[in-house]
Amino acid sequence: MSERVDVSRTRIGDPFVLKIEELSGQNLLACYQCGKCSAGCPAVSEMDILPNQIIRYAQLGLTDELIRSKSIWVCASCLTCNARCPKGINIAEVIEALRQIQLRRRNDHIDIGKVKDPEMEELPPIALISSFRKFTS
Amino acid sequence: MEVAYYPGCTLKANARNFEDSALFACEKLDIEIKELSRWNCCGTVFSLSTDDLIHHMAPVRNLIRVEENGSNRVMTLCAMCYNTLKRANERVKADPESLEKLNRVMYKEEVDYQGNVEVVHMLELLRDEIEFTNLASKVIKPLNNLKVACYYGCMLVRPEGIGFDDIENPSVLEDLIHVLEGQPVDFPFKTECCGAYQTVDKPDIIAERTDQIINSARNRGAEVMVMACPLCAFNLDHRQKITRQVYSGFRGMPVLYFSQLLALALGCGTETLKFDLHYFNPEPILKEKGLI
Repeated sequence: MSERVDVSRTRIGDPFVLKIEELSGQNLLACYQCGKCSAGCPAVSEMDILPNQIIRYAQLGLTDELIRSKSIWVCASCLTCNARCPKGINIAEVIEALRQIQLRRRNDHIDIGKVKDPEMEELPPIALISSFRKFTS
Repeated sequence: MEVAYYPGCTLKANARNFEDSALFACEKLDIEIKELSRWNCCGTVFSLSTDDLIHHMAPVRNLIRVEENGSNRVMTLCAMCYNTLKRANERVKADPESLEKLNRVMYKEEVDYQGNVEVVHMLELLRDEIEFTNLASKVIKPLNNLKVACYYGCMLVRPEGIGFDDIENPSVLEDLIHVLEGQPVDFPFKTECCGAYQTVDKPDIIAERTDQIINSARNRGAEVMVMACPLCAFNLDHRQKITRQVYSGFRGMPVLYFSQLLALALGCGTETLKFDLHYFNPEPILKEKGLI
């Protein structure tokens, strides 16, 4: 990462971090940054912040960086990270919490109206329903 | 053996080849399928946030239907339905307070959900109750060493405790193919995610995964790939079209539901197998092997 991030003691444990912990049911501070989640994640090539970095950013309360990240919409909740975390952290749930925070502010990731008709016909119900469940409020 | 059956939306639409072949196989194996008289979409994905109870209502309502049908367990074919129904079931069983809340919201239902239903996948029934050794005696058309890559994807195996096989190295599909006298082909991407619903707005991601997963199986000598999820099947079969456009060397491979090969081995005709629903036509390789 070439981007510069400002780390401040005051942001650790701020309400945003507590919200993520509450929505995900995970203890963010349990993470010791081994990187196994990112090593096994099939979506890392599309991500701007890797799964282990998402946890670190969340620990540090880097709200804007997390909310703006492309990664939270690239994760397909395949749960490989959860299966491999030696500390038992459900990383996919943390990423879901970040999506939920955006969706609950009515910041939908996809616009159903803009999915083109021929694609609608081609796509099976299982694809459309899961996409709308994950990406719209 | 009689079992209640929850089909799910896609099995009645794009994946009729999955349902029809599975029902054929069940009949041959003396599994009497009782489709729920009424059911709704399971929601397709289990909600992962702690406070999002409302999204567990769709799967739990289906579990009420199972109880109403006088059953205490329900079988699914679709891996995503299996995962969503089973996880919602385990979640409300473990947390009576949330079950009570859901029952209160569904006050128009004639009965409350009591938490007495068990969710099973067809592969689980075949492995644990019919047992593969007994299945062997019913095979009338052995698969003639057809080289089969068994793809599990995510929802059959994860998370631990929900999947019914080893989380990193499952083998139920390989064991089934072996009994049908096909040749299972090991490959490193059998539990790798196909990209799932990213297919709606980011098909380029699916093209990359399809290229990787299918090529890996091809390089190990596989002739076809089998799976149990209609979303994986759409991505790994129908998305071969754009994969071909993006990756010039991509050659592709026929993708089948495990139930189609099972039905074929049990004597099923091509009409029920519905190969017209596939993008990559499996008929040439099946003809070459003398299977159709």
